[in-house]
Amino acid sequence: MIELEGLTKRYGEKVAVDNLTFTVRPGIVTGFLGPNGAGKSTTMRMMLGLDRPTAGDVRIDGKHYDRLKDPLTYIGALLDAKAMHGGRSAYNHLLCLAQSNGIPKSRVAEVLDTVGLTAVAKKKAKGFSLGMGQRLGIAGALLGDPRILMFDEPVNGLDPEGIHWIRNLMKSLAGQGRTVFVSSHLMSEMALTADHLVVIGQGRLLADTSMADFIERNSRSYVRVRTPQRERLLDVLHQAGVTVVESGGALEVDGGKAEYIGELAAQHQIVLHELSPQQASLEEAFMQLTAESVEYHAHTDTPVEQPRPWGEGWNRS
Amino acid sequence: MSTPQPPMPQAAAPDWQGAVAGSPYGGYTSPIPVVRTHLGHAIASEWTKIRSVRSTMWTLGVFLVLVVGIGLLVAALVEANASEGSLASDNPLSFGVFGLLLGSICIITLGVLTTASEYGTGMIRTTMTACPSRSRVLAAKAIVFFAVAFSVTFVSVLLVALADVSILSGAKSPSTQEWLKGTLGISLYVALLGLLSLVLGSVIRHSAGAITIMIGLVLAPLVLALFMFSESLSGLRDALFNYSIPSQMSVFYTTSLTNDGPTGWDPLWIALGVTAAAFAGAVWLLRQRDV
Repeated sequence: MIELEGLTKRYGEKVAVDNLTFTVRPGIVTGFLGPNGAGKSTTMRMMLGLDRPTAGDVRIDGKHYDRLKDPLTYIGALLDAKAMHGGRSAYNHLLCLAQSNGIPKSRVAEVLDTVGLTAVAKKKAKGFSLGMGQRLGIAGALLGDPRILMFDEPVNGLDPEGIHWIRNLMKSLAGQGRTVFVSSHLMSEMALTADHLVVIGQGRLLADTSMADFIERNSRSYVRVRTPQRERLLDVLHQAGVTVVESGGALEVDGGKAEYIGELAAQHQIVLHELSPQQASLEEAFMQLTAESVEYHAHTDTPVEQPRPWGEGWNRS
Repeated sequence: MSTPQPPMPQAAAPDWQGAVAGSPYGGYTSPIPVVRTHLGHAIASEWTKIRSVRSTMWTLGVFLVLVVGIGLLVAALVEANASEGSLASDNPLSFGVFGLLLGSICIITLGVLTTASEYGTGMIRTTMTACPSRSRVLAAKAIVFFAVAFSVTFVSVLLVALADVSILSGAKSPSTQEWLKGTLGISLYVALLGLLSLVLGSVIRHSAGAITIMIGLVLAPLVLALFMFSESLSGLRDALFNYSIPSQMSVFYTTSLTNDGPTGWDPLWIALGVTAAAFAGAVWLLRQRDV
């Protein structure tokens, strides 16, 4: 369990993390979501005692990180894939970590096997691809068989097979009763793995909710219908008491069942060109939630200045 | 906004590390035995680190070549050009200083890399996560590095000393005190110089920067003193000469070079004092700063 209380980090005038209070509980995967620059990594560094909070407190099972005597068997963390010396082999990288925490040497081979790097154990880490580096980082996190696991953007650089693997790994780790805390800027990724969701934007807490709640609250489901007999279908649906929204060339039936609409259309011999249940994406919901707090906007909406004809205004100064 | 928190134990929490099974926080219990870590673990870890990177082999390899190679070369040159009886008052060990002067740059480089390279690669975050006690990390690095630097220096210096004594048949045979200073003393001094570099690497956190500063520290006083022609600067010039690192190194081979300046074992005590102060400062900084 990780408890944050009023955690704040300021760099000069800039507030990176602003008064965060939430709890990461054992037995579930907690997703930590926020756009780039929201303060996710800073928060995680403070949890690990790497950065000192300006104010507030973060405790691991009731203790500050630097009071842990055997930190790697308590909490395993993947911060960034390249937090290792490139000239050292994967085996030696894990060995020096194991030794620093009195973890038996045999664990090194075990975790290398778990992440599938046994074949390249003696190879230097600098020759590793981003995905392999990520796996080595995960091996380091698993080394102490810890009760708490923390992954910062673990799917970055992984191929689809690797992403699938890490999803299952996180779920099984949580299933064993461990606390799993994973950050991401991809809502779609979290929707597949996380049971609980903590959303931050510009360092502030925006949501702390269960995934199911978030989905229920934020996803609009509707049925999209396309028909050449638009007016007739509208009449029929109105008579049946179904609300319809027109959107472009199609009709959107809120909360309707595709089967029911299809049967209704058949009864009245209306031709349908499309009848598809739709779900508004969680990505959209997430973007709405964090819209005001996105730090680095890509300015696609700024009006493009019209190029002026050549020579115009040459005599004005 | 926040989820309801489960009740926290109000009483002072017992040491639940030992009783994981009954942890009030629940969750997973690992079959791996829990170990209370101490400095020994950190030292074992740092030993693995220092021996598993190629820069260690490179710097120490070049060091050996410079110290032994130049030491033997100088001895051979001196012996070939010496006239009868001209070496009678010379300490034969003193011809090892040239190789060691150049070799100390390798020890400086290795010292800086031991700490600063972790900041360059990002490894430091992994290290500090594995061992949250920052002073323990620096102490372990210092102990391992000092042991390695001292052993390698001592072995190569001893090798050169023995060779010099046997090659330079015309020179006097060194006294016990001269043997001690010319082998043990100078090796401790060079290892301390490396340790100072390690500490500086931890403060500067940048390999190239720290190496440059250290090499400047070794060479600058001597170079500056060379160009102080003015009589009014003579006091400063003499101090720079006497306390420059190369002349302090030569103190280990001679009874006295000048009337003032460090003599005997003084350079070692100076280096010890400076390094200890720098170490304390580095630990303080390490505790203040974010990793």
